[in-house]
Amino acid sequence: MELLLAITIGVLYAASFYLILRRSVVRVVLGIALLSQAVNLLIFTAGGLREGASAFIGPEQTALAATSVDPLPQALVLTAIVISFGVLAFTLAMVHRADQSTGTDDINELKSTDT
Amino acid sequence: MDPVTLSLLVPLVTAVLCVLGWRSSGLQRFLGVAGMAVLLGVALWLIAATAGGEILVVRFGNWPAPFGIVLVGDLTAAIMVLVSAIIGLAVAVYSLADIDAGRTRYGYYAFLHFMMLGVCGAFLTGDMFNMFVWFEVMLISSFVLMSLGGERPQMEGAVKYVVLNLISSSFFLAACGILYGQTGTLNMADLAVRAREYMQPELLTLTAMLFLVAFGLKAAVFPLFFWLPASYHTPPVAVSAVFAGLLTKVGVYALVRVFTLIFTADLVLTHGLLLAIAGLTMVTGVLGAVVQFDFRRLLSFHIVSQIGYMVLGLALFTPLALAGTVFYLFHHIVVKANLFLASGVAHRYSGTFDLKKLGGFYAATPFFALLFFIPAMSLGGIPPLSGFFAKFAIVKAGLAGDTMFGGWAVVLAVVALAVGLLTLFSMTKIWAEAFWKRAPGGHAPHPDRVPWGDRVLLLGPIAALALLTLAIGFFPGFFFAFAERAAAQLLEPQGYINAVLAP
Repeated sequence: MELLLAITIGVLYAASFYLILRRSVVRVVLGIALLSQAVNLLIFTAGGLREGASAFIGPEQTALAATSVDPLPQALVLTAIVISFGVLAFTLAMVHRADQSTGTDDINELKSTDT
Repeated sequence: MDPVTLSLLVPLVTAVLCVLGWRSSGLQRFLGVAGMAVLLGVALWLIAATAGGEILVVRFGNWPAPFGIVLVGDLTAAIMVLVSAIIGLAVAVYSLADIDAGRTRYGYYAFLHFMMLGVCGAFLTGDMFNMFVWFEVMLISSFVLMSLGGERPQMEGAVKYVVLNLISSSFFLAACGILYGQTGTLNMADLAVRAREYMQPELLTLTAMLFLVAFGLKAAVFPLFFWLPASYHTPPVAVSAVFAGLLTKVGVYALVRVFTLIFTADLVLTHGLLLAIAGLTMVTGVLGAVVQFDFRRLLSFHIVSQIGYMVLGLALFTPLALAGTVFYLFHHIVVKANLFLASGVAHRYSGTFDLKKLGGFYAATPFFALLFFIPAMSLGGIPPLSGFFAKFAIVKAGLAGDTMFGGWAVVLAVVALAVGLLTLFSMTKIWAEAFWKRAPGGHAPHPDRVPWGDRVLLLGPIAALALLTLAIGFFPGFFFAFAERAAAQLLEPQGYINAVLAP
């Protein structure tokens, strides 16, 4: 399972960096969206996987059982998903506004502030 | 109530009140300034409470330390909160005359205070993941401040700023996840304990490199600084002043925090890398600045080169060098924000940021020329101004010979001196072009075109910050004593660890 997830994370990272290096601003934003998914999976995997175990205290228990999975990485991922959702919404709005005021989608033409 | 919680509650409550009062620009302007003034009072209380070496710990929901999230107010954090509040107040007053009605109506003051919340939170938190959340609070507010108004240069700068900062955030988050996988904790004090007992320090160093990339991008060190000079000169002057003063320094603070508290297992590798980065940052930043002819772009490149000095102090890792870093942070935030505010006044008086078109300011307004001269010479390191003592501490630490780098520390000290000379050169370039040169046609300075009330609001904060620069320069011993105590706390983290993990 770890191997499969590791390969998935690697493919996601590679795809997101490829998209970020493209010239179109929209593709860059898609790359950032993929990047945040890759990071979420990375946290989830690095925190330790355990098949078929729950991350919460059952109805008859008073403490986490030894067989249960660590809930903290899941909490981290949940927080990260919420943050990346908000940030992505802002980024899309910003790209729309940038498209309105500059009239181009090409990063290479957004260089009047570089010189 | 304790000052640690209050330094977060005050900007939060102010920001929420600003949002609630969105119909009234006057109310928002009043709240924007009043909130910063209250925050300054709280920050002074925080510094008074931590000056004797006490470490204030606040536990969220009273959960014991390694399990719950903690806020930790030690002297370094208190100093950073204080200087943020000073800059916040200066910029809020300046904004009254600089920010137009449209931006005020769309929530400028609310986002300014949300950003202060993120900045203070990042300084005070004692938990890695919580620091990530504060960074995001700070970033999303800064994204809005950067793009508010939607003018073409602003949007071009904002695209680069947003994309590169989001990539840095994802590095930060990945580093947090891997660090948790390795050590099973994210509490900084607990991390410090476990990192010292960790079986494979090489793997921890690998994680440290991820943090170095994440914080290095925020701090704009070589070779990750390209977004800064491409974006910092595009928003309104008040916004670029608060960005220039505070945001990169949050990255430097985070570097100082993790590379004194957690990643100290392989000092020669990590701090040697920081040493090389510091040298390259200083040199590339200042060389970039020397060729610029736009007022704010020139100052933006100087942010990069000055970051190099602060990282150099961290890399040398002696008590004097770290005290120099803390002192440098304080001095630099005040001076750099002030120079950006001054560039805005030059723009208001003459209508351009182009140094070739500016001119004649010394003849037209000698008082403003003096107000620019103080921070500019302080940045260049002329005694008896604050920058001299900041550079002196770092260079002396490099020449002292008690670092772990021997000859290389001396080389870097010499590089720091040469960069100081080039800094002085580009400050005199601004002075010669904008102030001494006769005004070329079309952009002669006209202070009388700006209403009297606006002039007070624009020049008041600049004069106050210039006075603070003079005060640091004339009483360096008083300020340096604080920096030395803060550095002692950073170098002996046992006090921090005990305070946080105490039952």
